[in-house]
Amino acid sequence: MLQVSIYRYNPETDQKPWMQDFQFDTEGKDLMVLDVLEQLKAQDSSVTYRRSCREGVCGSDGVNINGKNGLACITPLSATVKNNKLVIRPLPGLPVIRDLVVDMSLFYAQYEKIQPYLQNDTPAPAIERLQSPEDRAKLDGLYECILCACCSSSCPSFWWNPDRFVGPAGLLQAYRFLADSRDTATDERLSRLDDPFSVFRCHGIQNCVNVCPKGLNPTRAIGHIRTMLLTRAT
Amino acid sequence: MTALRTISFDGVIVGGGGAGMRAALQLAQSGYKTAVISKVFPTRSHTVSAQGGITCAIASADPNDDWRWHMYDTVKGSDYIGDQDAIEYMCSVGPEAVFELEHMGLPFSRTEEGRIYQRPFGGQSKGPDNPTQAARTCAAADRTGHALLHTLYQGNLKNQTVFFNEWYATDLVKNQDGAVVGVIAICMETGETVYVKAKATVFATGGAGRIYASTTNAHINTGDGIGMALRAGFPVQDIEMWQFHPTGIYGAGTLVTEGCRGEGGYLINKDGERFMERYAPNAKDLAGRDVVARSMVLEILEGRGCGPEGDHVLLKLDHLGEEVLESRLPGICELSRTFAHVDPVKEPIPVVPTCHYMMGGIPTNVHGQALTVDAQGNDQIIPGLYACGEVACVSVHGANRLGGNSLLDLVVFGRASGLFIESALREGIELRDASASDIEQGMSRLNKLNEATGSDKIPDLRKELQSIMQNYFGVFRKGEFMQEGIRKLADLRGRIEGAALPDKSSTFNTARIEALELHNLLEVAEATAITAEARNESRGAHARDDFQERDDENWLCHSMYYPGEKRVGKRGVNFKPLTVPTFEPKARTY
Repeated sequence: MLQVSIYRYNPETDQKPWMQDFQFDTEGKDLMVLDVLEQLKAQDSSVTYRRSCREGVCGSDGVNINGKNGLACITPLSATVKNNKLVIRPLPGLPVIRDLVVDMSLFYAQYEKIQPYLQNDTPAPAIERLQSPEDRAKLDGLYECILCACCSSSCPSFWWNPDRFVGPAGLLQAYRFLADSRDTATDERLSRLDDPFSVFRCHGIQNCVNVCPKGLNPTRAIGHIRTMLLTRAT
Repeated sequence: MTALRTISFDGVIVGGGGAGMRAALQLAQSGYKTAVISKVFPTRSHTVSAQGGITCAIASADPNDDWRWHMYDTVKGSDYIGDQDAIEYMCSVGPEAVFELEHMGLPFSRTEEGRIYQRPFGGQSKGPDNPTQAARTCAAADRTGHALLHTLYQGNLKNQTVFFNEWYATDLVKNQDGAVVGVIAICMETGETVYVKAKATVFATGGAGRIYASTTNAHINTGDGIGMALRAGFPVQDIEMWQFHPTGIYGAGTLVTEGCRGEGGYLINKDGERFMERYAPNAKDLAGRDVVARSMVLEILEGRGCGPEGDHVLLKLDHLGEEVLESRLPGICELSRTFAHVDPVKEPIPVVPTCHYMMGGIPTNVHGQALTVDAQGNDQIIPGLYACGEVACVSVHGANRLGGNSLLDLVVFGRASGLFIESALREGIELRDASASDIEQGMSRLNKLNEATGSDKIPDLRKELQSIMQNYFGVFRKGEFMQEGIRKLADLRGRIEGAALPDKSSTFNTARIEALELHNLLEVAEATAITAEARNESRGAHARDDFQERDDENWLCHSMYYPGEKRVGKRGVNFKPLTVPTFEPKARTY
């Protein structure tokens, strides 16, 4: 039997958070962590978490699994369980609403701050704006972000300054637009990031890279932004 | 009881997927007070899972491409019960709508000329007289839905649309004239229930694939809009028409895009035979989805399935080479490794037809206005109610949707709804206010749920419903089995409506949401079952063992399901496009 331990907190009934233990029969199957949560919820309907696509593209079920952030739906037990224990907690550093559901307002606010939409002040043509395959390739590894917050909520700099440090997810998207040959707002974008906190609080710890369920590399994108900011200053 | 808090908007859109956000964008740009109610943060809506692309004649892959060819393919794909005026509108307006998305920043893949990359998809030709395979599906690798949904969310951020994220709409509010004047909605974080009042209520609530046990659909696809419409007494159209996607990953149900076959992949049986050559000699693996799904099931039933149980077939991709797979189909490689434990670069993927898309829905005209039919058989507009995207039935998909047409449908008709509502608001919309008892009516289901005492557990009931639908209303259907299925659903209704909610807390109570979703699943399942049993023919996705032929004499029409008396009626198909001659029904072969 797998020993499952889940973080529980309902502000209506609990003075403080507690861990609930379950004995779970996997029937020898290598289930996904989300399958375990679903089966436990069928037993105790009060167990609360977010989920939607169950295939790793919607970003709903980012949780902390045995100490590492990841998506419950694409994390197989074989990849995370050691010593027969599965401990599931909410993403760290964000306020808990209930059980595994965190308040992501600060995370979304940082995303909005970078103006995550294409800006182009030239009149649009009657067809698409042309872009070479080489220029388009610069967006690979950037546009695929699913806003699950696994990265930002594993980043000590974001824990300390979630209101002023944009964080890895927001900065990855900032670079996605800086790198887009169709975007003409490069200068304004850089100006908005040019302060001691927005970008420069990144200390290259790389937790973001280690946890990203899509295999993206925010640290590298942040490096590119730094270079752009420093080149611009000289 | 104390009066509910009321929040007022010009337009309220229920659903934050592609259709809802495209409609919202249009309305927000017009300056009218617009809100989106979404039960998940918008980028977590099911549009995000769309992979292969958005089909549209933008003439990139072929400079001579013509939207009329796309229209012909769509009419034929629908098995001739798609409305030709609506298909004409979608295919002709499509390019403009796709270019708008590109201008908004959608990161499409590109050709060497810098144009949008288009790949071949099923059912595509170069017109009625030229069955040559076309390449008409605009793609952002195999993550087109993700790219599209995020781009639309970003566009809405830019235009400062008001979002009620993680709010759940439970029922419509109708006034004394029968007009729709908003919805009752719950804030999931706090549990507060409010009346969201609107001059225009747009349903963009997506599909309901979760009525089946095996589905490509997200957990959230529970037919909330269909449930709300049926409970309000409004009919649904062609609801028996469910698409089974040929390539769901065996066991997990997750989708493998048709784009795999578009890029040159093909299906094989246990003998390694490319069996689609027998069923569709010309289009082969790129025949209509209904044709391919049925062929796969026949291979399995005739003992040529793969695996120890012989219950699936294989999708072969390794011959395409690692470079093509990693650049054109990176998401598929990822999904296949995660859910099938197979690396498609080296081995074929085990696949099986899996519930994917609801062709039917709330009948609308091309402006998104919801319709019903009066006693004389005339269309009647339901004042205040609009629908677009999968929940709607315009109808552009008829009895079978072509791959890549769902994203086009939701963008084109989300946009059209927004445009129409904008001009209607400008002309002035006067609807009588809802009375206290109208609002109370909208609250009745919530109140009943809180008082229910039945002992069945919601997840058990849901599983039961899904297995009834899977067993009695799958790829092949038969009258007597369906009648048994209908009886089982009727038995289930009492237990579902009576099931108690063990956890009545207010804060982020997902158990309450799941109970409410189950009510909607039941409404969709029952409408599907009763209508499927009534349509005594085989057409598109609706294949009957006991009526194997298409019956144009009696069934070249839409079905209409009326919830009050649980009656099935008929509604004429539009055969009068405005600018091109009618595509007359003929035998459908690929």
